[in-house]
Amino acid sequence: MTQLDVNLFDYLILGIYFALVVTIGLLARRAIATSEDFLLSGRSLPAWVTGLAFISANLGAIEILGMAANGAKYGLSTVHFYWIGAVPAMVFLGLVMMPFYYGSRVRSVPEYLRRRFNAPTHLFNAISFAVAAVLTAGVNLYALALVIEALIGWPSWLSIILAATFVLVYITLGGLSGAIYNEVLQFFVILAGLIPLVVIGLKDVGGWSGLQRRVIEETELGPEAFSTWAGTQVGAWTNPLGDWIGIVMGLGFVLSFGYWTTNFAEVQRALSAKDLSAAERTPLIGAYPKIFIPALTIIPGLIAIVIVPELGKEGSGTTYNDAIPLLMNHYLPNGALGIALAGLLAAFMAGMAANVSSFNTVFTYDIWQTYIRKNFPDHYYLNVGRIVTVAGIVIGIGTAFIAAGYNNIMDYIQLLFSFFNAPLFATFIIAMFWKRTTPWAGLAGLIAGTLGAGVFHLIGPKIAYFHAGQTLAGPANAQMINFYGAIAAFLADAVVTVIVTLLTTPKPVSELAGLVWGVPDPAAGDPHAGYVRKWWESPKLLGFTALAIVFVLSLLFI
Amino acid sequence: MSEPSSTAPKSAASRLFDIRLMIGGLFVVYGLLLTLYSFFTTAAELAKAADININRWLGLGMLALGLFFLIWARLRPLLPPDPDAIDMTRPLQH
Repeated sequence: MTQLDVNLFDYLILGIYFALVVTIGLLARRAIATSEDFLLSGRSLPAWVTGLAFISANLGAIEILGMAANGAKYGLSTVHFYWIGAVPAMVFLGLVMMPFYYGSRVRSVPEYLRRRFNAPTHLFNAISFAVAAVLTAGVNLYALALVIEALIGWPSWLSIILAATFVLVYITLGGLSGAIYNEVLQFFVILAGLIPLVVIGLKDVGGWSGLQRRVIEETELGPEAFSTWAGTQVGAWTNPLGDWIGIVMGLGFVLSFGYWTTNFAEVQRALSAKDLSAAERTPLIGAYPKIFIPALTIIPGLIAIVIVPELGKEGSGTTYNDAIPLLMNHYLPNGALGIALAGLLAAFMAGMAANVSSFNTVFTYDIWQTYIRKNFPDHYYLNVGRIVTVAGIVIGIGTAFIAAGYNNIMDYIQLLFSFFNAPLFATFIIAMFWKRTTPWAGLAGLIAGTLGAGVFHLIGPKIAYFHAGQTLAGPANAQMINFYGAIAAFLADAVVTVIVTLLTTPKPVSELAGLVWGVPDPAAGDPHAGYVRKWWESPKLLGFTALAIVFVLSLLFI
Repeated sequence: MSEPSSTAPKSAASRLFDIRLMIGGLFVVYGLLLTLYSFFTTAAELAKAADININRWLGLGMLALGLFFLIWARLRPLLPPDPDAIDMTRPLQH
């Protein structure tokens, strides 16, 4: 990565942005009187705010740089991470699962498990989530430091301390509202940073047809760069993401549904919405940007390998993750450069803040209030929330260095997903739709699924089928092993959940009101009663339109 | 262990400011700065950006988006804080 030619005007743009970030934290503080104000924004936000925060919490800089890297490495097949690998799960969360989460008034995803199953299931999930969240926060911080060091030349310790301090200020003061408001702001700034890259880059390489011609003629990707499903046949795959079973079942079903529907860093944004209708629409509104963001990540990745053919090659001193920074350096004049840099830094901080602000909620409500200090006045938990926020950031700084041992950041995140998230969706889907599922089946299933993921991670690379050319001599396909590992985790969880359910006693149905399909909570009433929605606020309309757009786009780019 | 306090504090969430003003303000300022700066674009910068005066277009675009948020916030302001209306379990309108 080459250093950027940043001038005073760029620093002015950065300075204004960071001043506003702190201002949002300071102003949001006025709206905090209770722990729920701090940890769940007092459940007061409109759908468009929570919807954009929902997508922004995912649109961290690691995601952006990683997806541009995948674009440069795999070509258009990368859209699988967006279209089949995100949108269906977001629609499912909004239309099917949100009534259970929001309607039962739980304050977190682990809390749902506590009420549906038992304390051990809850504790297992709460602790594994808290650990994953802090790790991910640390990964973001470390990645930010690497990028700033390469782009502006600041030493990494300085940027780690600075970025952590900004995040600390706006989420310790402003709580979840501070985090969410900054996420909404960041969403627009990162778009303003990425769109110029795509516009200039496409004009430079001769438009979309010019890009196609030059990628096919001048790079090693060849014509496969512009197909998404070619080479995915089972048994003789050649697609960089492996066969269709791995893509559809592993990525599209298990990993995607696990991440989007049970990851509290995402679900928390919907729980902060002001009513059930807004909560349902949160992931659906988020789905629309998700459909089109690949144009801002994959296209820059492809432009980058045309402009810099040695990108990612050994000995070139570059990695695929450099695609976007390289284009910023290549195309953007001062001014637009400052905007792009602000967007990138904001995206790193958002990635960290989303994880810390979900970590503090789970720790405060699910660990501290549930097991350590029950029945204290609310003010006490507000203070605990603030202290835990600071502690989470400090631990995040420490864990930043765990990430240093891995080269491809996305693979590392995917690895975490397959261990923690893959079994989760199996447990949730069975728990929500089979009311007999017993409390102990919850814990047993989760443990079995996590073990399944871990074991598969060890044996997967030794299986010839997961290597290029289906022989051990070819390089192992790490993505494909992750996808199949997720399938293994899901199956292990599901099988063990069913077996243990049949051997143990279920909860009485009266304790499951509002938590499972077909057992409404009589005290809750109809959440939509008397609520007249405008036609464009219909969750079904929003959800099925998103699916239809994805379907048409998938056919166009088959 | 104490009982939950009967004088539990009320949510202050209705005092949260309107994020549209922040987005609008930031984008108007950025838009004006970039548009002004674009008049000093050098030939070298223009060549670098494939002959697009990107600061001009980006500046005008950001200015437009900023104005959109400010106008939206002006036309449809947040409901004024009403301490009696904070019934979290029921929708407010209709």
